[in-house]
Amino acid sequence: MSLLAITDLHKHFPVGKEGLFGRPAAWLRAVDGVSLELERGETLGLVGESGCGKSTVARVIIGLHSATSGSVRYEGVELTTLTRREWIPYRRKMQMIFQDPYASLDPRQTVASILAEPLAIHKLGRPRDRRLRAIELLEAVGLNPRHVHRYPHEFSGGQRQRIGIARALALEPDIIICDEPVSALDVSIQAQIINLLEELQERFQLAYIFIAHDLAVVRHICQRVAVMYLGRIVEVAARDELFGDPRHPYTRALLSAIPHPDPELERTRERVVLAGDVPSPLDPPSGCSFHPRCPERAEVPDDRCAREAPALVPRATGGARLRACHLDES
Amino acid sequence: MALLEVRNLRVRFEMYHGTVLAVNGVDITLEEGETLGLVGESGSGKSVTNLAFMGLLPTPPAVVAADAMHFEGRDLMRLSESELRAIRGNEISMIFQDPMTSLNPLLTIGRQLTEVLEVHKGMTRRAARKACAASLEDVGMPNPEARLDQYPHELSGGLRQRVMIAMALLCQPKILLADEPTTALDVTIQAQILELMKDIQAKTGMAILLVTHDLGVIAGMAERVNVMYAGRLVETASTGALFARPLHPYTRGLLSSVPTLDSDPDAELYTIPGQPPDLVDLPAGCAFHARCGFAVDRCRDELPDLERHTDPVTSEARFSACFESKNLAAFVKNAAGTDDATVDATGGGRP
Repeated sequence: MSLLAITDLHKHFPVGKEGLFGRPAAWLRAVDGVSLELERGETLGLVGESGCGKSTVARVIIGLHSATSGSVRYEGVELTTLTRREWIPYRRKMQMIFQDPYASLDPRQTVASILAEPLAIHKLGRPRDRRLRAIELLEAVGLNPRHVHRYPHEFSGGQRQRIGIARALALEPDIIICDEPVSALDVSIQAQIINLLEELQERFQLAYIFIAHDLAVVRHICQRVAVMYLGRIVEVAARDELFGDPRHPYTRALLSAIPHPDPELERTRERVVLAGDVPSPLDPPSGCSFHPRCPERAEVPDDRCAREAPALVPRATGGARLRACHLDES
Repeated sequence: MALLEVRNLRVRFEMYHGTVLAVNGVDITLEEGETLGLVGESGSGKSVTNLAFMGLLPTPPAVVAADAMHFEGRDLMRLSESELRAIRGNEISMIFQDPMTSLNPLLTIGRQLTEVLEVHKGMTRRAARKACAASLEDVGMPNPEARLDQYPHELSGGLRQRVMIAMALLCQPKILLADEPTTALDVTIQAQILELMKDIQAKTGMAILLVTHDLGVIAGMAERVNVMYAGRLVETASTGALFARPLHPYTRGLLSSVPTLDSDPDAELYTIPGQPPDLVDLPAGCAFHARCGFAVDRCRDELPDLERHTDPVTSEARFSACFESKNLAAFVKNAAGTDDATVDATGGGRP
């Protein structure tokens, strides 16, 4: 059994209103049928352009948004139907690290109280134990334990991100959802945080859901990667399969768009530049939602892409990878 | 004569908590039609450098000084505010990182674009509108006519950045200062915008000063690169030579701490230990010495100047501000052939 299993998850947000008390004028389909599994100790990457629904998936998983439909199971237990009270023990098991280390820490709390707060909320230990735990956590993330009484503004961006990580570790979770944890950091600091996340994973047997738009970072840290487009998953595969042999035209375009820090390669390589923007999730295109931008659409006969949404299925040749595309690549 | 020539630019900010030494002696030479990359982390002074020679820093708190600041032979420091204004947005244009905050949310796209032409070229509103629609079309904007009557919030991030570029290019500037022009955008949109900038440069021959921390973007766009650290240039070379044979330990650290699509994903990432220095309280000697794996005693007391080196492969003149550059060159040569990520026995460690 998977540690976490998400099946056909939907999250639709109401937009606008018809009349004073009327029904919503439209529904924004932020997540539109996502299925994923996460094993203990693994890192699953979730990538896609802004607005593709990757952060919404994360927020539904940890209960910050309720699901419109579908299921989220943690060790077989259905989470979407739990009451607030029933949720509490599962919150401990799943924690989150946010993108902006400046906005995600309370400026009026000391590091000690930031790190002790999750323990206090879950009524774990006495105040003295919590203080000791805070010191232990600071050491685990490579910060000086003597700084436990400092405030967030006394730390740099990279150090604050370490505090955010320490806070996520406080309750000994099984899963940490990392929502763009390094994209706000400078390159030299980014590498430090990535190494720290890898070290902590090994030490505490953590499973990560790693949300990022930087595919080179994702390739470095993830074992499996799911690519999202407009609320759906278009391809899931093991890291080397996905990066070595992308099978969905969108994955190929995304990989091709990344600039390589190698001048010779960067100037000579063939590149797929996608035209246009991501369509609005308020009015997604018919059929495959990628078809208006797809460079390989002409390869599929009868304009099937515009009429029929492809299902996320294994390719005929077998293997664990899944793809949602009508392209027949035999 | 270079299009833009800046010698020994210094910028400091007088603040309550002390003097922030943001730029400490930077030279920049920009030739017609070339793209110069300016790389560095936050706080390295790359944006301030840009704003300084556009005369866009608020004084006080900023204090700007330079030995020379010439644009086509005109001394930018001696120009009056109105003369500067005639250059800004006309002969030298800027694109900023965040198109949402640099467009006025209360004015239509059309109003913001036509203003540029009315002010600089004295066009009538009608003629300006026509030129603006054409300019939007040039940057690949779908239905340019209709966009003119829309407000910034009605456009996506990619389209807003196109508006910014169209605006910057309206007067066919000789220099485009692009400060992190694609950092706020998705990679797919970034690729579109970079292609667009290259196309326009090929057509008009404008020079681009590209400020970014993304080494991949620099690799694809720039002919030459200036690397900044703590308000100084630490290395400058042609893009190919810099990426292949960095002579400054900081450049080397930056290049090897970025995971790429062909680095070994299972190897631990190289990290530059520690944090960038506090610009209010810069360390003695080389500002990088505390984080540097190559540092010797001299680095702690003495500030290295940019020193001329000859590239062994291209024979070009290149500059590095490091006492150990010769050793670094030898080190890089010895390491050639082995995987770059594995030869870093020198740096290492955590703050």
